[in-house]
Amino acid sequence: MTSAGTAVDRMSAAPRGPSARWKGWPLLPALVFLLFLFVYPVGQLLWLSAINKSGALTGQHYARLFSSSLYVDVLLITVKISAWTTAFALLGGYPVAYLLATSSARWRTRLTFWVLLPFWTSFLVRAFAWMVLLGRNGALNKLLEATGLTTAPVAVIFNLTGVLIGMTHALMPLGILTMVSVMEHIDASLPKAAATLGARGGQAFWRIYFPLSLPGVAAAGLLVFISSMGFFIIPALLGGRRETMITQIIIEQVQDLMNWAFAGAISLLLLATALVVFYLYDRALGMSTLASGTPELDRRGGGRENLVARVSAWAGRRLVAAFGWLCDRAAELTERLVPRRAERPARAWARGVLVAACVLVLAFLALPAFFMVPVSFTTEGFIDWPPKGFSLKWYRAYLESAQWMAATVRSVVVGVVSATLAMLIGVPAAFGLARRDFMGKTGALALILSPLIIPRMIIAVALFYLYARVGLVGSSLGLVLGHTVLAIPFVVVTVMAVLKNYDERLDQAASSLGASRARALYHVTLPLIRGGLVAAFLFAFVTSFDELTIALFVTGGLTTTLPKQMWDDALLKVTPTLAAVSTVLIVFVAITITLAERFRRGAARA
Amino acid sequence: MNVVTGPIAAEPATYKLQTRRLRKTYGPVVALAGADVEMLEGEFLTLLGPSGSGKTTLLLMVAGLIHPDSGEVWIDGRLATYTPPFKRDVGMVFQNYALFPHLTVGENIAFPLRMRRMPEATILQEVRRVLEIVRLPHVEGRLPRALSGGQQQRIALARCMVYKPSIILMDEPLGALDKKLRDQMQLEIKQLHIELGITVLYVTHDQEEAMIMSDRICLMNDGHIQQIGTPDDLYFRPRTQFAAEFLGESNILTGEVTGVEGASVVVTAARGVKLRAPRSESLRDPRRVALMVRPERVTIQDAKTALPGSEPHNRLEGLLRQVILVGGVTKYYVTLDDGQTIVAFALTGDAKVVAAPGSRVSVTWPAASGVLLSAPAMTER
Repeated sequence: MTSAGTAVDRMSAAPRGPSARWKGWPLLPALVFLLFLFVYPVGQLLWLSAINKSGALTGQHYARLFSSSLYVDVLLITVKISAWTTAFALLGGYPVAYLLATSSARWRTRLTFWVLLPFWTSFLVRAFAWMVLLGRNGALNKLLEATGLTTAPVAVIFNLTGVLIGMTHALMPLGILTMVSVMEHIDASLPKAAATLGARGGQAFWRIYFPLSLPGVAAAGLLVFISSMGFFIIPALLGGRRETMITQIIIEQVQDLMNWAFAGAISLLLLATALVVFYLYDRALGMSTLASGTPELDRRGGGRENLVARVSAWAGRRLVAAFGWLCDRAAELTERLVPRRAERPARAWARGVLVAACVLVLAFLALPAFFMVPVSFTTEGFIDWPPKGFSLKWYRAYLESAQWMAATVRSVVVGVVSATLAMLIGVPAAFGLARRDFMGKTGALALILSPLIIPRMIIAVALFYLYARVGLVGSSLGLVLGHTVLAIPFVVVTVMAVLKNYDERLDQAASSLGASRARALYHVTLPLIRGGLVAAFLFAFVTSFDELTIALFVTGGLTTTLPKQMWDDALLKVTPTLAAVSTVLIVFVAITITLAERFRRGAARA
Repeated sequence: MNVVTGPIAAEPATYKLQTRRLRKTYGPVVALAGADVEMLEGEFLTLLGPSGSGKTTLLLMVAGLIHPDSGEVWIDGRLATYTPPFKRDVGMVFQNYALFPHLTVGENIAFPLRMRRMPEATILQEVRRVLEIVRLPHVEGRLPRALSGGQQQRIALARCMVYKPSIILMDEPLGALDKKLRDQMQLEIKQLHIELGITVLYVTHDQEEAMIMSDRICLMNDGHIQQIGTPDDLYFRPRTQFAAEFLGESNILTGEVTGVEGASVVVTAARGVKLRAPRSESLRDPRRVALMVRPERVTIQDAKTALPGSEPHNRLEGLLRQVILVGGVTKYYVTLDDGQTIVAFALTGDAKVVAAPGSRVSVTWPAASGVLLSAPAMTER
């Protein structure tokens, strides 16, 4: 009788139908959460920049922004540094992305680890590593002197060179991973088809592969550029006075001068610059490549009615043809020196050059962090290269310090709670976005992803202002809520990617076998996507664990987190204790990615 | 261990394509165990076999997209084993067509001509010409994704034909099309092959497709070539049990050779039943054999009816289990007294067949239509 009963229940429930409520309801928690802790505070901050103390509309803050050349100059420097960083990250990252996308699955996994390791290693740790490497008495200068190439130390730190090295190093992994996600979707048979049609390697690459990978390059460029604009750690630690970037000015306005309104005005300037860049990107390529990861080729190009588009398309074709021609002449020259013979396999010169270049880039990405390891065992009280002696005293100093321990524990707890909260809010949203069609889906996706895109500094300042009024400054709750805002987009993107590969017919099979919606979810769906969920949780955790921007404002004194503690220490003096903490963090991150990757692959296999 | 047809000693120059002992292994897996294939100018040769039989491996080696571990590839009388694909002058139609998604149809077809540095005027003219041939003259400016599957297939073919390669390779080119379109494209490709006199090396796992299109079929299994011959050869004169079972339906009975009567051999099957079949030369073990007969040669009769005519027949008895009507043909499944099943086809509505399921029937076939094969345990499977 029970089964008959449920059948009747279901029938009586049926007339309400699907149109009775908004089908996007699984997104509601995420949307409400972001509305209160992201949209409202950011809006409030920007509003603040447009009113005076009595609440009337005013342009005074913006007038001040442009009254002297100071702020415009800082903006220009920021754009310049970001542009150079983007260029270097793309140039260095493209060969690695290409190698990753065209390698066998086994090699890809191995190589990806060396991209993910720096990707997830704290920016702080990496900045410290460059300080060890590039300092006046750093490893680089010691090496140059030892080999007799230079007699006096070369200035590669506290100037533009140092900032660009650090920023390129910081952001190239992001660029590589973005480009790989597009290159993975390029049909592997296309270069082969080009070869059978008579194209040498150079023409096949430049005329076929390269144009198809361009959306990935553009998306990577956009993400790297926008991220660079919001950077403050690297320019503060590796740059000089002339490499001050715009977020550093915001920090100054908030921390030292408590000038919210003016901080809001600078934030709007930063945001406006970011939006202009987005607008230009969308004009050129279409925003959809960002979300889908697949090239959307003829969205605009189909008609080619636009003169600019037609001219640039023609120029682009000439350019890739010229590159292809150059590469092929080089290949022909090599062949004249080492003739190809029909009776034995030819050496893959091009691939060899590519692998060599990638090894260099990967070494640049992965090795610096390891310079912290020997330094952490030094017996001396300052960072020097090569480190002298062997002692564990800096680890002892870390472990025995109440301040460091409290910061570590707090970071772990805040990370776990934030990641859990982000999962609770983000997973239903990902299900809704991946499986349902409803009104306003594009807008909802844009809102959920926007904390990734809006410079973090703006969110941090906005939350600080909100917290200051409701008494959340210095509380763990405030930190958790802020980190959850940042982690939600990571969770949604990761889980959506897993669901995209999930065969929904398995759920239909379960329900045809008598499982209710909830039981199908519990017994079939969740076990199958468990790996992806674990990976999403770990990514969310690391996002919070490594977060400094929000922590910069809403923590302090006894309520500090690990990154904040490291930052405060580093601003005073970079001591071997920081090297010890960094070493602990590198080991921790290496273990975390290995686990996350294993779970993710497990999910892919299932 | 391959069955080789044709004169292996002939000069490579006489062949459009010749492979000699081509071998490829992936770790412990033997993808191709020494393949010898020859093709004449204008021939349509199909590599037929189940997945993992090595047919695509062989094709890709001819294209130069993978390198053999050992063996040689000769194209147009020139050694080309390790010649890079762009110097081979072969054309290839890929399973997913591999049309360049960012280039228009016209640019796709122009691509091989550009690579050969032809003047723009010639390129334009040639592109128009092949688009006429594949009957899609109006799609030149479109992107491939705007075309249907069948149209993309034709463009892939056009891109291949435009530079008149010495051989056109096709890797299951119709696999992605639905049945009706596939049937139509089979005839179109066959027609182009005849009209233009192109040499085609074709890969498929569909035996019907292979029979329809090919001049000759190269049947492959587990990295070995089982048999090369015309569709007629493979159907009526299979050399192995695999060949007999892969092409069309077959009945196979095992037994021992117990005597020879003129041109026929006497095989004693289970329960001492004596069966006759034409003599065969290619048996590995002349005593243990399998006797194959196609279902359409088998007749079902009432058990009491006498044998018709004077032609020597084989006769077995059993129980008619099932009668299945499949359109123009009706299939009869008979369980013999020794437990084996034999299937017989008759044209639907044939008045001579009157048996109802459950009745005892006799199963007969002309001795001359049987084929002797090596017994299963002795085949290379």
